[in-house]
Amino acid sequence: MIKSLHARHHQLANQQRQIEILDNSIFKEGTLPTFKKKIDSAGYFPLTSTKLEVFQVNIGYMCNQTCKHCHVDAGPDRKEIMTRDTMAQCLDVLEKSKINTLDITGGAPEMNPDFRWFVSEAHARGVKEIIVRSNLTIITANPKYHDLPDFFKENSVRVVSSLPFYNAGKTDRQRGEGVFKDSIVGLQMLNKVGYGKEGSGLILDLVYNPVGAFLPGDQKQLERDFKNELREHFSIDFNSLFTITNIPISRFLDFLIESGNFEEYMEKLVNAFNPSAIAGVMCRNTISVDWLGNLYDCDFNQMLGLKTEAQAGQHISTFDLEKLENRKIVIGQHCFACTAGAGSGCQGATT
Amino acid sequence: MENTYYNPADLKKFGNIAEWEPNLAAKFFDYYGDVFKEGDLTAREKSLIALAVAHTVQCPYCIDAYTQDSLEKGATEKGMMEAIHVAAAIRGGASLVHGVMMMNKAKKLSM
Repeated sequence: MIKSLHARHHQLANQQRQIEILDNSIFKEGTLPTFKKKIDSAGYFPLTSTKLEVFQVNIGYMCNQTCKHCHVDAGPDRKEIMTRDTMAQCLDVLEKSKINTLDITGGAPEMNPDFRWFVSEAHARGVKEIIVRSNLTIITANPKYHDLPDFFKENSVRVVSSLPFYNAGKTDRQRGEGVFKDSIVGLQMLNKVGYGKEGSGLILDLVYNPVGAFLPGDQKQLERDFKNELREHFSIDFNSLFTITNIPISRFLDFLIESGNFEEYMEKLVNAFNPSAIAGVMCRNTISVDWLGNLYDCDFNQMLGLKTEAQAGQHISTFDLEKLENRKIVIGQHCFACTAGAGSGCQGATT
Repeated sequence: MENTYYNPADLKKFGNIAEWEPNLAAKFFDYYGDVFKEGDLTAREKSLIALAVAHTVQCPYCIDAYTQDSLEKGATEKGMMEAIHVAAAIRGGASLVHGVMMMNKAKKLSM
C-alpha cells in the first residue's frame, strides 16, 4: 500500500505549496481567467453563504485505504482523530442550531474509536438526517466492523459510499488492489439488512468519480449503467449515484502533475465553467469541521487549510449560526471543479 | 505550413472554421450537437461509434476527443478496444468480401 504524502514528507503535503502551484500556474500568466474573475463576471462575487443545511464533520484522516486521488491524503499512517469532547461540542451546536443534516466523513470515520458514540448520540438527540461516508471495505476489514450495517440501520444512517466504477480494473487502479472485491461484499452486506432496497427506507448512495484526468459524464446515465451492471453481475441494489469531479488538490494534484495532465485538466475545468452551477455549490449551505474543531467552507478548503473568514468565527467553540449564514466563502482555483459541467458537490451534480 | 500537419492545440480551434463561413458552420455545429444527444442509442453508444469511426478515418483530433469522451461516458477500456476491432473487422472485411469479385472475374477469364 502506498504511503500518504504526509508520511513521505512530499512537497504537496504542504497546504501553502498546493495553493502556490494552483495560483502560480497558468492563472498567473493570464492564460486562464481566475475563479474570482469568472464568478465575478457571472455576478456571484463575493460568493456568500445561504441557509446552513449540512454540518459536515471530518472525524479523522485515518483510513484503511490510500486511494490515489484522495483529497484528504488519508491513510493508515494518518493519526489525526477527533476527540469525544470535540464531537460533544458538535452535537451541542447541532441541537441548538437545528441544522438538518449531519454528514460524517474522514478518512474512514468508522476507525475513530468514538465513531459509534457520536452517531448514536446524534440519533438519540434527534438529528434529522445522519450521513456516514463509508468506504465499504472497512466493513470487511476487521471482524469488529462486520456489524456496521446493523449499526447503521439501528441509527437510521444514510450510507454514502465511494465506488468509482462497476468493474475491478478501474476501481482497483484508483483505490488499491482488491478494493473492488471487498467493496462488493460490503455492498451485499448492506443490501442484506435492507440498505438500497425499495420500501426499506434505508438509503444507500454511491459516489462515482472519474478514474483519471477527465470529467464525470451525465449523472443519470452513469447511474443507470451502474444499476444495470451491479444488479446483473452482483445482485446489488442502491438508491442514487452521485458524480463528483476530482478536485485538483493533494493526491489528485500529485497524479495530475506526475502524469503531465495538470495544465490540461485545469483548462478543461475552466472551459467547462457553468455559471448556472454557481448558485448550487455546496459550500453555500455547508459548514465543514475538522478533527480539531476548526471551521471551513468545505472539506476541500479544510485540506488546503483555508478556514472560514475570520469575522464569521473559525472554531466550533465560537459557533455563531447567524454570522456563518452571512459569511463570504473563501475561494481558490480548485473551486473550478465544483462549477464544471453539471456542477459537483458531496451530493453529486448540482444543476 | 508548420513543420507538422497536425497540432494538438488546433483541436480547440475547431470552432474557428465559423470565421470564414458562419452560416454553414452554425448549421453543422447545431447538427453535430443534436447527433450526440441520447436517442434510441445512448450517449455512450454514440461515443463508441464515434471512436470506431475516428479510427477508420484516422483522424487524430477525433481520436483525442472521443477517447476522452468515451471515458467520460463511462466506457470500459475493453469496450473501447472492442469498438476499434469493429472498425478493423469492417475495414478488413470490406477488402476480403471483394475477393468474391476477384474470384468471379478470375473464373470467367480462366479455362
